Formats: sequence, structure tokens, C-alpha cells
Amino acid sequence: MLHDKDRVFTNLYGQKDWRLAGARSRGDWDGTKDILDKGRDWIIDEMKTSGLRGRGGAGFPTGLKWSFMPKEVGARPHYLVVNADEGEPGTCKDRDIIRHDPHKLVEGCLLASFAMRAHTCYIYIRGEFIREAAHLQTAIDEAYAAGLIGKNACGSGWDFDLFLYRGAGAYICGEETALIQSLEGRKGQPRLKPPFPAGVGLYGCPTTVNNVESIAFAPTILRRGAAWFAGLGRPKNSGTKVFCISGHVERPCNVEEEMGIPLRELIEKHAGGVRGGWDNLLAIIPGGASVPVLPKSICDSVLMDFDSLRDVRSGLGTAAVMVMDKSTDIVRAITRLSKFYKHESCGQCSPCREGTGWLWRVMERMCTGHATSQEIDTLEEVTRQIEGHTICALGDAAAWPIQGLIRSFRPEMERRIAEARASARPALINESVGEADGAAA
Amino acid sequence: MSSSAEQSYQPASFTFTDENLIKAKAFIAKHPDGRQRSAVIPLLDLAQRQEGWVSLAAMDYLAGMLGMAPIEVYEVATFYSMFQLRPVGRYHLQVCTNLPCMLRGSADIVETCEKELGVSLGETTPDGLFTLSEVECLGACVNAPVIWIGDEYYEDLDVESVKTVIRALKRGETPKPGSQKGRSGAEPLGGQTTLLTPPAEQQNREGGA
Repeated sequence: MLHDKDRVFTNLYGQKDWRLAGARSRGDWDGTKDILDKGRDWIIDEMKTSGLRGRGGAGFPTGLKWSFMPKEVGARPHYLVVNADEGEPGTCKDRDIIRHDPHKLVEGCLLASFAMRAHTCYIYIRGEFIREAAHLQTAIDEAYAAGLIGKNACGSGWDFDLFLYRGAGAYICGEETALIQSLEGRKGQPRLKPPFPAGVGLYGCPTTVNNVESIAFAPTILRRGAAWFAGLGRPKNSGTKVFCISGHVERPCNVEEEMGIPLRELIEKHAGGVRGGWDNLLAIIPGGASVPVLPKSICDSVLMDFDSLRDVRSGLGTAAVMVMDKSTDIVRAITRLSKFYKHESCGQCSPCREGTGWLWRVMERMCTGHATSQEIDTLEEVTRQIEGHTICALGDAAAWPIQGLIRSFRPEMERRIAEARASARPALINESVGEADGAAA
Repeated sequence: MSSSAEQSYQPASFTFTDENLIKAKAFIAKHPDGRQRSAVIPLLDLAQRQEGWVSLAAMDYLAGMLGMAPIEVYEVATFYSMFQLRPVGRYHLQVCTNLPCMLRGSADIVETCEKELGVSLGETTPDGLFTLSEVECLGACVNAPVIWIGDEYYEDLDVESVKTVIRALKRGETPKPGSQKGRSGAEPLGGQTTLLTPPAEQQNREGGA
């Protein structure tokens, strides 16, 4: 198990002072100028060596992403945009970083912006996080007042402005180009890539969009060294991660653990185990609503990192672990996610706009079994028609949970269809008998 | 937008209060010159805070302020679910029913709200005090089930605690937000397994490599 000394988010639970004095006592803003003095190349190399992969879901190497920004600033300024539009069902980690450890994020914004030659950074936080935004704004104000950001940040000679921007309730704005559209005052409808944001992003300028957790890791990685971070977890899946364990466990919680921890160990050590014991487990969605559900047989042994979960045809995603015990109506559970994607589709691409609604309606029938066995094949086929045929990944995200359901729980879907048929026939017979009686009387 | 007869609740005009005008200018100043429309979302939120919902008059006013066509403001206001385009109750109870909340009993929470308030999802009480809505994931999943009211989340709810919250609101009190089971955050209730080392002994200030 990870030791407390290797945990980055030391106030994850908000039991200590989250403001500047408290943050400093936990090591934040310690020697930030020294890090800046080491230069951009050193920072980016160190981030690359650490092996940190983006914590927002896609798992793209953070240092590599930073290196995509132009090496010289031309007529267009560079921007860093931090994605705090946390809304993937099951995920509530950025919320705790923002409200309980906001200075890690603020310091990370300075370091990342400096490395990418951005004098300005926007943090886009979901609109519902009102109290969280208030904490973060306080932390930003404190950092300005202490000279840590603003003109000549930390005495480094680098001018840096940090602005907080509140969204207004749209899951799609967690997609980086939709987020940029929203930040420009438009509907959050994703843009075609290419051009990628590093070339043409916010206001048409070079922009990098990073997740809160990724950015908040940066100061500690740069202070303690890439080797320390890379030494945790497995190759290409290094470091620590905040896991969100929800659903049917004894003690739902967020916890920072080492990447690659076995799923079962994660749940039993920190969340008090599955309600009713491990044998009462039905299935787990291991990385937020968008990744395929895993049956118990895979949960028994799978490790929690990007590559292990990819190998079992699921994904680490945001590391939001949703646990479902044997009392769960698994078809209903996945149907609820289908309803979510239907609600959140931005309506721009036909396969997603029409497809998410279609998937939801068919899934509603699958819940009651009022369908045919062949319709399960049609459902699967339609998910393939949506997947990969839209501008952004929301279409894929709507398709994957259903594909996972069919892959692991097709017999349950078939059982319902058979059951509905069996109960429908006698009803029809009774009805016709009743009518005959009525006619006779 | 529906016909004018159905829009009888729309006020004739809207202007920001002096205090909100200062805030509005600060929001606009966060963006480069010529990019003032970036502030449309924060300004819609500000308008909603001022009048309780977002009226046509408010959207037209913002269009003028930001140099946008009114339709561009309507497009934004209708896209984002937080903007209420018709009046809502003083207390807007937004219950999350997405999967993590569903697994922890959000159906019971919805049912209890409906019984306590005497309205169904999507409805407002006749006295105009409460509106009950269903929302998608609020991002507090390990503290499920969750209701969002005003500026606060009410977390770790059960049938009894949601009754307590609603009855307090009915009495005009402000119930204590956050976990209704006494958690400070998202730590495991009754059995914290990490962050037990006193801060002085934690090593994370050490230089590395």
C-alpha cells in the first residue's frame, strides 16, 4: 500500500487548513522560483520522465502534450486552460482537490503556464461547484496578494495571470474543444480536430487543455523529482491517482493510491469492501460512466491502471469506480447511463444526436424484456455505427457502456426477453377468453 | 421561445443593479479586448442571481452589453442546463438520479421530496416556494445521494435526512449543507485508511532526484 509520505494530496479530506498558510505548511509554494529558474526544457523533460499520463480520462502523456506547444511565441499569445468541468458520472476527485488543496492547482498552473510560455491561464470549473469555485478564487486571490502569481510571479520575472471561469451545466464542456467554445461565450459544441488546440485553440491561439489532477500533480513531481513519481506504479502507468469509489460498498470514499493497485484490494482496503462481501459483487464500472462494465470474474484480479484495464477491454478513464452488488438491476443501471448521454449530446453530429436517443429507447425496452433477441444484435450494431463517427468522443462514450453490457451480460438480457414472452402469452389467452365470455353474456 | 401569450410572466425590462454592474465589468475584464462575449455565461448567471431566473429582457440587455445578436445569447442560455428560462421556486431542489446516486437510493429521495412537497419532478409548489427537478451527475458521487439547493450540496442523504432538510427550508431556516452524516469531505465514514500520519512527519516537502 502507498505510504502517506508518498501521497500528493495531503488535505484530500479537508480536515486541515486549505488556505495559503495551511498549504505552505504542507509544502506547497516551497521553492517555486527555484523550479522556474531551472527553465522550460527542464520542466518539460521532468514531466515527460515522470510518466504522468493525463488524469482526465484519455491518459495522454502530460509532458508530451506540453511539448506540442510552439517553441516561440508569435503574434498570438499562448494559453493554458485547466479543465475543471468534472462531470463524468462517478467522478468527484477534482472537486476535492479544488476545495481542499486549491494551492496545488494554482501553483501547478503557474509552472505549467511558464513551461508552455503562457502568460494567461483560465480554469474552467463546472457551474454547480459554487462553493468549490469560492475556495479556488480565494486561493487565487491569496496567491496574487503574496506575489506568487501576477506580475513577476514568485520573483521569477515571469508575468502570469490566472482567471477562474464558471460553466453552466453541460457535460460536453469537459471535451476540450467544447470547453474552448464555451470559454469564448458560445454553445459547447466540439470543434473538428485538426487543427488541434496547440495550434489553434482559445481565441485562435495556441492552447493546451489539462485536467485539474494532472496540473495539481506538477508541483510535487517537480519538487520531488520525476524518478520518485516514475518509481510508483508500473512502467507507462506510473505515479499515484485519486480513485473515487461509489455505489455498493460499505464506505464510499475518495482515496489516493498507487497506480496499478488491484481493484479488489482498493475496495477492500479503503472502502470497507463490497456490501455483503466480495462474493456479493455483480459488476464494476472501473473508470467513470464511459468505460465498459466489468463482470466479477475480471474484477477478481484486474489491476487499476491504463494498460491493465485496456487489456480487459475497459479503461481507467477518470478512475471512478462504481460498484454494483447482486441486488443491482444491471440492465436498468446501464440504461440510466444511456439516458444521461441522450441528455448531454450537444446535438451537432447526427449519429450521436439521433443515436443516443435511439439507444436509450431500445435500452428501456431491454429493461422490461419487451424486445427480441435479434434486437440485441441490432443494438450492438448501432453502437458501432455511432462509435468513431462523430466529432468528439461523446458518441463513443454512449456506445461503450452498452457494448460492455452485451459482452458481459447478454444472458441476462436474453432471460428478460424470454420471461416477458412467457408472461405475455397467458395474458393474451386470458384476454381472449374474457372477451369471449363477455360476448356470451 | 413560445408565443407571447404564454410568456406573460416575462418582465418588460431588465438592468443590472449598480453592484452587479461592477461585477459584470470585472467578468468582462478577464478576457482580452474584443472578446467580451466570453463573459456571456457568467453574466447570464449574474442575471439569474438577480432576478431568480433568466428573462428575455435580461438576455436582450446582455446582448446589448456584449455586442452580441440577441439570438446568440438565447442560443447560449438554452444550451446550458443551469439557466432557468422561466420562474422557479425560491428553493430549487435539484436531485441527482445518475447511476452512483441511483445505486445509493436516489429513487427514495425523489419519492420523499415529492411526498413532502406535494409536487412531481419538474413542478413548482403553488406557493412558489419550491421547485423540484431531476439533474444529471453533480460530481459528488462518493457522497451520494445528493441534492443541490441554491449554492449548496446536501450529501449522504437518506429518507429521514431529506425530510429534515425540506422541513427546515419550509420553516425558513438554512439547513447545514454538505454531508448529512457528519463527514468533512469524501473520507470513508468511520474508518479513515490514509492521511493518518501527522503532517510534520510527512515527507512530501523533501527535494528529490
